[in-house]
Amino acid sequence: MISGAASVEPTHSSIGVAVAGAGLSFAGRTIFQNVSLTLAAGEWTALLGPSGVGKTSLLRLIAGLPEDGGVTVGSVQASDGYPLAGRIAYMAQRDLLLPWLSIIDNVLIGVRLRRHGNDAKDRQKALHLLDQVGLAARAQDRPAALSGGMRQRVALARTLMEDRPLVLMDEPFSALDAVTRFRLQETAARLLSGRTVLLVTHDPSEALRLSDRIALLAGTPVQLTDAGSLPDVPIPRPLDAPGMAARAASLLQQLADQDARDTIATPGAA
Amino acid sequence: MTQALRLITIALGLLLLWQCIVWVSDVPKFILPGPLRVAETLISQYARIAPHAGITALEIVLGLICGTMLGGMTAISLTVFSPLRQWLMPVLIASQALPVFALAPLLTLWFGYGLISKVAMAVLIIYFPVTAAFYDGLRRIDPGWLDMARVMAGPNGPTRGSVMLRIRLPAALPAFGSGLRVATAVAPIGAVVGEWVGSSAGLGYLMLQANGRMQTDLMFAALLVLAVMALGLYALVDRGLRLVTNWQPENGYA
Repeated sequence: MISGAASVEPTHSSIGVAVAGAGLSFAGRTIFQNVSLTLAAGEWTALLGPSGVGKTSLLRLIAGLPEDGGVTVGSVQASDGYPLAGRIAYMAQRDLLLPWLSIIDNVLIGVRLRRHGNDAKDRQKALHLLDQVGLAARAQDRPAALSGGMRQRVALARTLMEDRPLVLMDEPFSALDAVTRFRLQETAARLLSGRTVLLVTHDPSEALRLSDRIALLAGTPVQLTDAGSLPDVPIPRPLDAPGMAARAASLLQQLADQDARDTIATPGAA
Repeated sequence: MTQALRLITIALGLLLLWQCIVWVSDVPKFILPGPLRVAETLISQYARIAPHAGITALEIVLGLICGTMLGGMTAISLTVFSPLRQWLMPVLIASQALPVFALAPLLTLWFGYGLISKVAMAVLIIYFPVTAAFYDGLRRIDPGWLDMARVMAGPNGPTRGSVMLRIRLPAALPAFGSGLRVATAVAPIGAVVGEWVGSSAGLGYLMLQANGRMQTDLMFAALLVLAVMALGLYALVDRGLRLVTNWQPENGYA
């Protein structure tokens, strides 16, 4: 699905990712074990679940980031057999902008970390990406001068600057107000279409709106289940498309049920 | 502007209070000379005070530069080679627990009566605040930034150097600044203590001489010069640090 407005085409061929035998434990307490997750090449997969269930840990496992406090196990494999390191872009809930750098230098931070200096071509590209998120005019400002929504747009531009086939997003929109979130979801869907994306979220409507597939991480013990087929509407799916509201409600109900069972089960559990 | 006005008002008020105490109590001028008398001495003895002031200023500035560089390098080494911390930290703390005043005679014995022993003293007193504050800043870095750098770096991983240069060092600059501010404020103590213990020049030496000869007005004049030098240096360092860390939101909340 190539939206007409997307002008950044992937330079790497898209890759799929298979996670197998993933497990997470904190201080000897097992959160989940033997979880398998497949990210289809060129598609958005939402990892939906209540907080504290280990969604972020699963994302960090794929990203190759160390887990602080907990222990994760599992194998992560790219569909083409090559290692994933260096082919991932990461966007977190916080924008992680460096306050001492200008907006454009923040977009260029990846280039700078990999080598010294940056040539005019990189700058041009960064400026182009800032233009796509509507912030070209603010390129020389510091992050502190921007609103939360703008800052997250800069973070999106920085993610796109990395130009990686796999994009991992850890609740990137959850700290934003409803209107800003709605707009940024649209921008992200447009600019990241055609890439393999893992979107970690606790919001059923967000998952429904943006992803080709929803993986549900919930339950006692925590298990990963596929949420099944989603409304057949182009992404980003409008929230008023047929079946969307009912589907969001049923997903929310599923999360709430499992959450309630957890809460009830916990006092009895050893 | 209002701040400058306030400072002038405070200074004038204190001087007036000082003069009033002298008038009212009528103490002999070798116990407490009035501010007018001190000003007079300052002007008439200017040629005598200036060279000593120059030497003390040199000691303070050299001590500040050497101490800051040494402290900065220690903090960076502790961050880069984390096992070093367990070995070096106790030594650092012990070095601070020893009163510098107790070490002064030893330093004079080792480095002589000249400039070096005073610079060493200033370095000793500056080293710890700079190291401790800077090291803290380098360590207390947003782990999210490091995650980001790690994912960005690719197969070879980010070189420690580039993360240090692009993320850790700038992030630690405000903490380094608070260490350097403290260091700037205490550096004159090191230099003057060194001069008291054994020297042939400097404001500390001049004050000791004046004190021995009951030239209390000269002592006050030297003290005044020292205070002005210390405040000027602090203002300079503070201004410079503010320029370098102007991205920090604290500016304007004074």
